[in-house]
Amino acid sequence: MAESENIVVETAEKIFADLADAQTINHDKKGAWKAPLWQALSEAGLPLAWVAEDCGGSGASLAEGFAVLNAAGRHAIAVPLAETMLAGWLLEQAKISSPEGEMTLAPATPKDRIALNADGTLSGRARSVPFAKAAKHFAVLAGNSIALVDAAKCRIEAGIGLGGDNSDTVVFDKTEALTVKPAPKGFDQAQLMLMGGVVRSLQIAGALEAMLEISVRYSNERVAFEKKISKFQAVQHNLARLAGESAAALAAATSAADTIANSKGFDDAYFLEAAAAKIRCSEAAEKGGAIAHQVHGAIGFTIEHILHRYSLRALAWRDDFGSESYWAVELGKLVADRGADELWPLVASR
Amino acid sequence: MTAALRFDPIRLPEKCEQLRKEVRAFLAEEIAAGTFDPHQPNREDTDAPEFSRRVGAKGWLGMTWPKKYGGQERSFLERYVVTEEMRVANAPTRRFFVADRQSGPVLLKYAPEHVKMDILPRICRGEICFAIGMSEPNSGSDLFAAKTRATKTDGGYLINGTKIWTSSAHIADYMIAIFRTSPPTKENRRHGLTQFLVKMKQPGIQVNPIGQITGQYEFNEVVFTDYFVPDDHVLGEVDGAWKQATSELAYERSGPERFLETYYVLTELVRAVGKNPDTRSAEGIGRLVAQVHTMRRMSVSVAGMLQAGKEPVVEASIVKDIGTIWEQQLPHRVRDLAAFVEETATNRETLEKQLSFAIKTAPKLTIQGGTTEVLRGIIARGLGLR
Repeated sequence: MAESENIVVETAEKIFADLADAQTINHDKKGAWKAPLWQALSEAGLPLAWVAEDCGGSGASLAEGFAVLNAAGRHAIAVPLAETMLAGWLLEQAKISSPEGEMTLAPATPKDRIALNADGTLSGRARSVPFAKAAKHFAVLAGNSIALVDAAKCRIEAGIGLGGDNSDTVVFDKTEALTVKPAPKGFDQAQLMLMGGVVRSLQIAGALEAMLEISVRYSNERVAFEKKISKFQAVQHNLARLAGESAAALAAATSAADTIANSKGFDDAYFLEAAAAKIRCSEAAEKGGAIAHQVHGAIGFTIEHILHRYSLRALAWRDDFGSESYWAVELGKLVADRGADELWPLVASR
Repeated sequence: MTAALRFDPIRLPEKCEQLRKEVRAFLAEEIAAGTFDPHQPNREDTDAPEFSRRVGAKGWLGMTWPKKYGGQERSFLERYVVTEEMRVANAPTRRFFVADRQSGPVLLKYAPEHVKMDILPRICRGEICFAIGMSEPNSGSDLFAAKTRATKTDGGYLINGTKIWTSSAHIADYMIAIFRTSPPTKENRRHGLTQFLVKMKQPGIQVNPIGQITGQYEFNEVVFTDYFVPDDHVLGEVDGAWKQATSELAYERSGPERFLETYYVLTELVRAVGKNPDTRSAEGIGRLVAQVHTMRRMSVSVAGMLQAGKEPVVEASIVKDIGTIWEQQLPHRVRDLAAFVEETATNRETLEKQLSFAIKTAPKLTIQGGTTEVLRGIIARGLGLR
């Protein structure tokens, strides 16, 4: 695992290691692990890491927050840490103070739209909202406005996503918001989706790193045909491919995160980096996850084994904030519109 | 536990962008003057000695080397920019590419001073071409099975045997080759090979061209018969070539040439689909662009590690493994999408010609300079599996 050289990231890593052990969580059928983990994260100021101190947060940098979420992916963290951070970040765009407790954001797909009515209420349906059921508040992008909404005021149709975490539909039906403020000029849903997509990319990259590690370890323990399966060339080559997918995901995700953290504005290069991260990491989740399962054989297919905590979440994260096929179409349109001779200059500008 | 793979988001420094502009302007002039056609990717058939000298005159060969040998003492990241711009433009780099990337650095490290003073400035001026003599008829990936003998004689060695698949040997002025100076030992089968600098175009060397499936004659068989190499052309430790190979491989394996070999078909596809692609074409192009962007970010990251003095052997092998597979599949993916290009697209014929060439080129990409299988073995070792 990557050495963290930063106090915020180190703190998060320590909490994950102490309170989010995959084996323990996997055996805990009652979910007793959840409250202590959330409490420790909250006490460390991590859920509101991206909120300025004067808006109720801990004012960490974008880069620090991204590194925390990459680490969260390595531990397949199943509490709404990423979602609360994103919600706090969205509210921060409009200088709305963040409340305490779990939050999530709506909409969570590029095609859903929430409208701000003339009377200041909100209407619309947001599907596949991660952890809506667990959230106390929603950060909502409604047209050119950003709103903070009490979760109790919304109708929630609960659902479970591929990874086993809540992925719910939130219905706003002339719902009153706690606060509504204008979004910054030029801020739109595509930018929100790309920010969410980069967070998911970092989580996928983290999960792949964990899958590589546990697959390598397992292959060095498991004996078949009188030798460790890690000694079979076919297994070695599969694991080398998994390392390649893990590396590609990490490179794409950290490059996009670095771009956003140092961005001076939304432009084609920003779009390329963020969309490419979501596309490439989602592809890696499919290819890499399949190899991790193949190496583990039947044991990795059991609910008792921890592999599914990473593999299924990585697959589920592909769908949030626009899938890889959605962003590929958008990126392809952008590239076509710029024209053939402007493709290489765009790629080389990064 | 295995060490984590690192691909930090290295960015090219500002001075690289000024250099990029200079390279693009230079290439545009060369294209305008008719030196090469950027839409014709079969540069391996083009030997362009004058172009090579003009690149040298720009200071873009051996640009990271010490000034006393003709270099510019610039960074690996600056060299990266020159390499990728030449590659994307389909510039005829064959004459200087191997010397600049590989042979020069080997000489810098292992050649005696007077040899360096003689040869390196000529590489920097774009005057001489290098080949690499590794494979033999019965040893390819298994480098250490090489049998071509170097027998000690007065003042040097006599070489007897055959190298094969030697790119550019027919135009090369020099070759850096490994020959057997001792038998392998029981403890170490890699023992007994020595690296030599060989002057080509001399009696005792016969170069026989070998036709390739692309229709080109780019690689060769090179037969040595009692060919004399002087003592001062031994590079590094006698019998110890195996110790010298590893760190250089990181340079050889992670550059932009390891994923951009067939890139031109993507540009041409974008041209063919026009401003308003259908959903299928848009998605296909979007995925390919996301993939090439990711490859490049990985490759630049390794270049940054090399610049920082690290030896990212595993990371470099990963770049070549997934980069060469990507560039091998690219023409096939572009072909899938080209089926839907309108008949009226003005560059349809160009695209079809390029695809035909790229599809024929594709099989070699995962073989040359270390096969996929060899690379995955190296990655597996890095993961702690071997």
